[in-house]
Amino acid sequence: MRELTYSEAIREALVEEMRRDANVFLMGEDVGTFGGVWGVSHGMLDEFGPERVRDTPISEIAIVGAGLGAAMMGMRPVVEIMFGDFLMCAGDQIVNQVAKARFMSGGKADVPLTIRVTSGAPGSAAAQHSQSPESWFMNIPGIKIVAPALPADAKGLLKTAIRGEDPVLFFEHKMLYAEKGPVPDDADFTVPFGVASVVREGVDVTVVGVGNMVLKALKAAAQLAEQGIRVEVIDPRTLVPLDKETLIRSVQKTSRVVIAHEAHLRSGPAAEIAAVLAEEAIEYLDGPIVRVGAKNVPLPYSPILEQFVLPDVSDIVAAVASFWKR
Amino acid sequence: MIDELRQYSQEFLASLYRRMVLVREFELRAIEERRGGLIPGFIHSCVGQEASAVGATAALREDDVITSTHRGHGHLLGKGGAPQYMMAELAARSSGYCLGRGGSLHISDFDLGILGANGIVGGGIPIAVGAALAFQMQHSSRVALAFFGDGAVNEGAFHEAANLAGLWALPVILFCENNLYGEGTPQDRQAPIADLAKRAESYGFPGVIVDGNDVLAVYATVKAAVSRARAGEGPTLVEAKTYRFRGHYEGDPQVYRKPGEMESWRQRDPVPAFRQRLLTSGRFDEAALKVLEQGVQAELDEAVAFAAAAPYPEVGEALSGVYGETHGGLVF
Repeated sequence: MRELTYSEAIREALVEEMRRDANVFLMGEDVGTFGGVWGVSHGMLDEFGPERVRDTPISEIAIVGAGLGAAMMGMRPVVEIMFGDFLMCAGDQIVNQVAKARFMSGGKADVPLTIRVTSGAPGSAAAQHSQSPESWFMNIPGIKIVAPALPADAKGLLKTAIRGEDPVLFFEHKMLYAEKGPVPDDADFTVPFGVASVVREGVDVTVVGVGNMVLKALKAAAQLAEQGIRVEVIDPRTLVPLDKETLIRSVQKTSRVVIAHEAHLRSGPAAEIAAVLAEEAIEYLDGPIVRVGAKNVPLPYSPILEQFVLPDVSDIVAAVASFWKR
Repeated sequence: MIDELRQYSQEFLASLYRRMVLVREFELRAIEERRGGLIPGFIHSCVGQEASAVGATAALREDDVITSTHRGHGHLLGKGGAPQYMMAELAARSSGYCLGRGGSLHISDFDLGILGANGIVGGGIPIAVGAALAFQMQHSSRVALAFFGDGAVNEGAFHEAANLAGLWALPVILFCENNLYGEGTPQDRQAPIADLAKRAESYGFPGVIVDGNDVLAVYATVKAAVSRARAGEGPTLVEAKTYRFRGHYEGDPQVYRKPGEMESWRQRDPVPAFRQRLLTSGRFDEAALKVLEQGVQAELDEAVAFAAAAPYPEVGEALSGVYGETHGGLVF
């Protein structure tokens, strides 16, 4: 299968869906002429024009709110928020309007709105451009949360988001944009929500990775294999809905679990996953549920500080190794 | 004044008056039923603001859309909302507009173009702008109208939405009901300008002031704004100067009112004022207006009876309608 970068895979999903459905359009800061500050929408203005690849002012409330209004009137907007940190600028629209529109209306309002947003630390971007805010929104019923790690999943999940009837927060990790992987070229290829992916099979320990931690988990697994530890790596792909079954099946087999994400440790996505496993799979576990995440401080600027705060491959390796040191 | 009424048909004038009475009486009935225990939640009544709600919505087509506010009953009734489904929603019944999940702050009817009341000050404005964006992209002649109060023009949502609407010349009317109070704080302590319509200038579209207690003036002003929007000339900010006769919410002690202010606005109560105009014009007599008023009372009797008799939701219903697709129940 041909290989694409994560960025190219996302662009391909956007282009295919915009060709397929005239109601789909992309709107956000610098998505048009600039091609997206991350280059994701590069070239799309030429094919679709400024109506459908729409540059906006720096106005997150208006971007999300206008996306919601347009979605309720039959469009399928894909809106881009440049940095996950800026989601808070549109906080009311996301939390009180978008997520609740259907429920408050007694189920009548379809809200086919996809909010594409970047997460993660790209390196010395400091405290307001580096956060991984996935779990901030996991406590809000009504919005689905997607965090793909591999290019094929990024393409397939984005297409599912755009074709669906519900609002989706689609987190793209900045450090994954240049990563390559095989991606199907079938225009009807989609990846369903709520189905985790077993990225690497193993029997000794389960490592659940979120976003770019999937790639770090794979690197950790390769290192640990040299010590004879067979790691199973699972990517939930969607945090809401969460595929509990695949997670539980894996820990039934391995009896040990590490959950890794780049978000701050406290109340990060791992807290929810750990709670699910504690409630529904504690009898299969031979030891504590171990979490790996960023230390609970704002992301610092200086590389030496940033690397200390962020979780890395070595943290996953150490977390896994801890099971054999007890 | 007689000349001014002459341009309007008998049916239109009667419908305006009937709707104003409906809004006034709906609010009074809802307040009464809340006291009586039928309605469990908040009510932010629009008593005193009937002319702005009815005049503005009368200028819209059935397929145009509105976003409304916490003080939204008049807007919804103006856009054709059915009193019985509204009352049933207030009474938390499953026959209500939102199946008892929304209450007063969240009533919507997509078939009538009511995209929702809103519990967040200014929250509906960007949504109306988004609806207008959809209409523009669909090459439709539909327009969106966002209702909001004087409090909302100090929210970021107003400014961002107004800027986008002006920038893209979207078919939207930003309709500010300036009732002189943002909750319990007078407007002159919330903004450094008294004429909020001026805010439009910085977003590149007209801002017009209208007597919000004069239903025909509101109608004509919004009609002109709607024509502009349909012609692709972009948004208009309409500031309707008005006054609410009751608290921010029912139960508000209203310690913030300025002395004499209520009395002076009571002289300009929009419902009796319009009634008097209709009588003075000679086109309606007392008996004809009585018939309209009695019709409203009968409709509200039915609405209250419908709400009181309607079933409460089954508890399990709380778990549906959060998502359109639940992925085998996984999202719960």
